[in-house]
Amino acid sequence: MAQPAVRHTAESLARPEGWQGIVADWASDQRAFKNVPWGKAMMWVFLLSDTFIFSCFLLSYMTVRMSTTVPWPNPSEIFALSFGGEKIPLILIAIMTFILISSSGTMAMAVNFGYRRDRAKSALLMLATAALGASFVGMQAFEWTKLIVDEGVRPWGNPFGAAQFGSSFFLITGFHGTHVSFGVLFLIIIARKVWRGDFDRNTRGFFTSRKGNYETVEIMGLYWHFVDLVWVFIFAVFYLW
Amino acid sequence: MAHAESQQHPIGIYLAAWGLLFVLSTFSYLVDYFHIQSYLRWSLILVFMMLKAGLIVAVFMHMRWERLALTYAILVPPLLVLVFVGLMAFEADYTVLTRSTFFGTGS
Repeated sequence: MAQPAVRHTAESLARPEGWQGIVADWASDQRAFKNVPWGKAMMWVFLLSDTFIFSCFLLSYMTVRMSTTVPWPNPSEIFALSFGGEKIPLILIAIMTFILISSSGTMAMAVNFGYRRDRAKSALLMLATAALGASFVGMQAFEWTKLIVDEGVRPWGNPFGAAQFGSSFFLITGFHGTHVSFGVLFLIIIARKVWRGDFDRNTRGFFTSRKGNYETVEIMGLYWHFVDLVWVFIFAVFYLW
Repeated sequence: MAHAESQQHPIGIYLAAWGLLFVLSTFSYLVDYFHIQSYLRWSLILVFMMLKAGLIVAVFMHMRWERLALTYAILVPPLLVLVFVGLMAFEADYTVLTRSTFFGTGS
């Protein structure tokens, strides 16, 4: 039996001491994800952990909603807006949904143009994504203001019914809005890098001192699509249920 | 397989996914707009939700073009959350039963 040549990578590499040794030892494992860059695999692992966080929030919402004996407020009426005297149910939330989906569309195309080295289009599409994201956060701020100031909804109570409505609402949409806000921030940073051509000139990053490449755009995209993905679940189980 | 940067697809597929997401969102909004109730409402909402989530993960996040090792590592663990859903639903049923028994309904 011809044995395939097994290379003991851990043995053949130099072994530094101290903190560098810890980093080198932990980084010397075999790759499980063969054709994806480590940054992308790590983003997926982060998103998986974030999935569990949002799952826990939505699950606690399900539990308090199922276990209360007080009637649950009707989101369809609470989130209705009046246009010319006519009340349209849930219209603001619907608009926010379409905005976030559109931002996902522009982000997907930004990733595509990034890989084609079309820097201008990629950066502009990312800025469009950031603008849509910012308008989403703005509408959320409007919605929160309306609920807190005009309707008197608080985390501990509201005039419509079960008190748990407020706490679930502020926790879930607040956490999601924070994710969108940070996404907008990072989108602007990455768009600037693409625009300047940092990834073509191998410029080292400000924080990490590492050379970036266009996979960074795709990794950014993964985060942004995840934010959209979470909204799909919030829209379905919180607003429509 | 020496191409790490392999996520290069025609723009058309993104536009198609985008359009489908718009249609599905409109449908789920219409479920509320036309006041469809009870089990039909919940099943429609969940079906549209899963279709949208699948489209985003498969096309926008490129999961359908990744190797299975990555796909399973990321997509299988969230399925276990369903066990958690079952446990908490059981717990909530018990809580609401005790509440209505000892505190009466509607208070």
